[in-house]
Amino acid sequence: MDFNFSEEQSMLRDTIASYLQDKYDFETRRKIVSSESGWRADYWKAFAEELGILGASFSEELGGLGGGALDNMIVMEEFGKALVIEPYLGTVIIGGGFLKHSGHTDAADHIASIVAGETTIAFAYAEAQGRYTLSDLKTTAKKDGSGWVLNGHKAVVVGAPFASHLIVTARTGGSQREASGVSVFLVDKHAKGVTTRDYPTVDGGRASEVYFDNVSIPADALIGAEGAGLPLVEKVVDEATAAVCAEGVGVMRKLHEGTLDYAKQRKQFGTAISNFQVLQHRMVDMFIELEQSVSMTYMATLKLGESDAERAKAVSSAKVRIGRALKFCGQSAIQIHGGMGMTDELAIGHYFKRGTIIEGLFGSVDHHLTRYERLSFDKAA
Amino acid sequence: MNLDFSPEDLAFREEVRAFIAENYPASLRAVQEEGEEMAKEDFLSWHRILAKKGWVAPAWPTEYGGPGWSSVQRYIWSEELARADAVPILPFGINMVGPVIYTFGTPEQKQRFLPPTLTGDIWWSQGYSEPGAGSDLASLKTKAERFTGDDGKEYYLVNGQKTWTTLAQHGDWIFCLVRTDPNAKIQEGISFLLIDMKSPGVTVRPIITLGGEHEVNEVWFENVKVPVENRIYEENKGWTCAKFLLAHERSGIAGVARSKRGIERIRQIAAEELADDGNPLIQDPLFRRKIAELEIDLTALEFTELRTLASEHAGKGPGPESSVLKIKGTEIQQRITELVLEASGNYGAPYFRGFPKEGGNALPIGPDHARRAAPTYFNVRKTSIYGGSNEIQRNIIAKMVLGL
Repeated sequence: MDFNFSEEQSMLRDTIASYLQDKYDFETRRKIVSSESGWRADYWKAFAEELGILGASFSEELGGLGGGALDNMIVMEEFGKALVIEPYLGTVIIGGGFLKHSGHTDAADHIASIVAGETTIAFAYAEAQGRYTLSDLKTTAKKDGSGWVLNGHKAVVVGAPFASHLIVTARTGGSQREASGVSVFLVDKHAKGVTTRDYPTVDGGRASEVYFDNVSIPADALIGAEGAGLPLVEKVVDEATAAVCAEGVGVMRKLHEGTLDYAKQRKQFGTAISNFQVLQHRMVDMFIELEQSVSMTYMATLKLGESDAERAKAVSSAKVRIGRALKFCGQSAIQIHGGMGMTDELAIGHYFKRGTIIEGLFGSVDHHLTRYERLSFDKAA
Repeated sequence: MNLDFSPEDLAFREEVRAFIAENYPASLRAVQEEGEEMAKEDFLSWHRILAKKGWVAPAWPTEYGGPGWSSVQRYIWSEELARADAVPILPFGINMVGPVIYTFGTPEQKQRFLPPTLTGDIWWSQGYSEPGAGSDLASLKTKAERFTGDDGKEYYLVNGQKTWTTLAQHGDWIFCLVRTDPNAKIQEGISFLLIDMKSPGVTVRPIITLGGEHEVNEVWFENVKVPVENRIYEENKGWTCAKFLLAHERSGIAGVARSKRGIERIRQIAAEELADDGNPLIQDPLFRRKIAELEIDLTALEFTELRTLASEHAGKGPGPESSVLKIKGTEIQQRITELVLEASGNYGAPYFRGFPKEGGNALPIGPDHARRAAPTYFNVRKTSIYGGSNEIQRNIIAKMVLGL
C-alpha cells in the first residue's frame, strides 16, 4: 500500500502550483472571467509549451509523458485551488480520453494536436430533457454516403466558446433512452450548420447551447463503434467525474484554508472568532469532510482501470461524498465569513460558487446515490 | 385548544384576498417573472396602493395609521400576500424605524416622520452594521460629537462607516446607531440618530454580492452635520431603541407564508422537470422525500410561530423565542433554494444578469425557474447571517431561555 506520489508526479504538482501562484492569482482570474473571451489562449499555450502539462497523462507512444489518471488528478486539484477556467477537463481528460480509448486510426494525430495546445475540445452530451442520463438523446446522426448528417440541440456545453472541436453524442439508432444506438463523434465546431449561443455560467465559466442543423460530418468523425458508444461514454464520463472530484478537493482546500485564516483574524466580542467553540467544531467538520474527500478521490482515481461496474461504483461513491462535502464546506465557509462571505470581492464566494457547480456536474448526489444503489443491490446490473 | 380560525377571521381572509386580486399591479408581476432587479418605483408602487387603503403598516397602532388588526389578522394578511407572490413591503420604515419613532419619539418627531414613512415618501435605510461590528453590534465605532453651529443650534458631527446597508442606493433617510460617549461602557454611550442622506458628507458605495446583485452598500459619513433634534430618545440610550428594533426585526423573520409558497413552487417545478428515468422529478423517491421533510419542518415552524403569536396576542411581547423562529425559518428558506437549484439540473449553471439581451428579454435558455435558481441560492445564504447570525441566536436561547 502506497499513497505517495512519484517524483515525476510531485514535480508536476510543484510546477503547476508555482506557475499558477505567479500567473493566476485571484485578481488575474477575475480579469480573465470578466474579459470578452472568458479565457486566456496564451496561458493555454504556456500549459502546452512551457509546462508541458497537456501531455502529462498520455502515454509516450501518443506523444505524452507517460502518466495517466493520477496526473490528471494532480492537475485538476491544482486547477481547483486556483479556479482555473481553461478547458483541461474538456480537452485533455474528456477529448483525450475518448481518443485514447477508442482506438481511432487518427487518435495519435489528434492527441498530438491536443498536447501541442492546438486542439481544444468541449463535450456536447447533455440535452434539455435528459438531466444526467447519458443515453437520453434526441440528437441524431444519419448515414449519408460514407459520412453522417447531424441534427439536434445540446444543452450547457461547458467550454464550447473556447473550443475548436466538439465531442458529440448522438443516436445512430434505437429509441430516445435506449442503451444501444449511441454513437460518439468528433466535430469541427466551425463546420457548416453548427451554431452556438454563448453565455457565462454562475461560476465564472462560459458555456453554449449548441445546435446542429444538417451538419455533414465525414466517416472518420466517428469515435469508437457505431451504435455501441455508450460504454465508452460511461467510461470517459467516469474519468471526468473522478477529475472533477479532484478539482472539488482543490476548491475545498481553499474553502477550508481561507476560512481558518479569516476566523483567526476576525475579532468579535473582543476576541478572534476562531476562539468560539461552535465555529471551531464547524471548521473541524470541514476538515473531516476534506480529508474524506481526498481519500475518496484517490480511491476513485485508482479504480478507474477496474471493470465497468467496479469503476462506476467507485466513482459514484466518491461523487456522493464530494458533493455533500462541497455543500457543507461551501455553506460553512460563507457562514463563518459572515457578511464578508456574501461579497463578490472576496475569493471565498467564488470557491463556493465553483463548488456548487461541481456538486451537480456529471450528476448530483441523488443521481450517484441511485447509481451506486443500483450497482450494489441489483444483481442484474 | 382549537386550531380553527373564527368566522370573522375567515371573512377577513376573503376580504384581503379579493383586495389583493383586484389591486396588485400586473406590471410588478411581469418584473418578478422576468427575474430582473426591481427599480425603486417597483418597490414603491404596491407600497403606495396599500398606504392609500390604510393597510401598509398592519402592526402600527391606529393612532399612527395602523389598521387595528389583531395578530391573527396580521398573520392571515402575510399569508395572503405570500400566496399572491406579492412584492414584500420593505421592512426598514414600516417594521423597524416606524415602531421606534412612535414608541420613543417626541410628538414633533412622530408628526414629522411617521406620515411620510407610511406613504413611502421617505425611503429608509438601516445603519446598524459596521465593518468591524456585525453580529457584535455594540462594538460599533461611528462617532457623533456634539457641537454648537454658527447658527447657535446644537448639532452632531458624524464620522464613520456603515455596511450591508440594504438598498441604500435609493435611500432618503438612514437611521443609525452612533457612539456619542466613547468613554462609556460598550452598550452605553450609543445614540439613535436619523440622518438625511442628502446631507453633505454622506457617500453610498455599492457592494456586489455573490449572486451578482447590487442589493447592499457601504455608507460613509464624513463630517456630516446632524441636528440634535434628529436624535430619537435620550442621548447615550440608543441601545434601548436598538434592542426594541431587533426584537421587531426578528418577529417577522420566520417567513412561514413565503416558504409555503416556495414549497408549492418546488412541487410545480418538480412536476415540470424530468428525473433521470425520464419521469417527472416529482415522482423521484429521493426528491419527494426531501420535499416531504421540508413540509414537515415547515409545519413545525408554522405551529411554533402560531403558538408564539397566540402568546403575543395574550399581551407578551416578542421574546427570545423569536430566535427559534429566526433559526428554523432561515434554514427552511435556504433549503427551498437548494431544492430549486437541484431541480434545475444542468440549467442551473447559466448566468444571465447583465448579459446582452435580445429583443429586450433575457435569452430564453433553459426553463424559467432555472434562470434565477443559482443566484437565489447564493443570495439566500445571507439569511442565516443577517439580523444576528444563527450562531448568535443560539447564544441568545442558551442565555435567555436555558439560563446557561
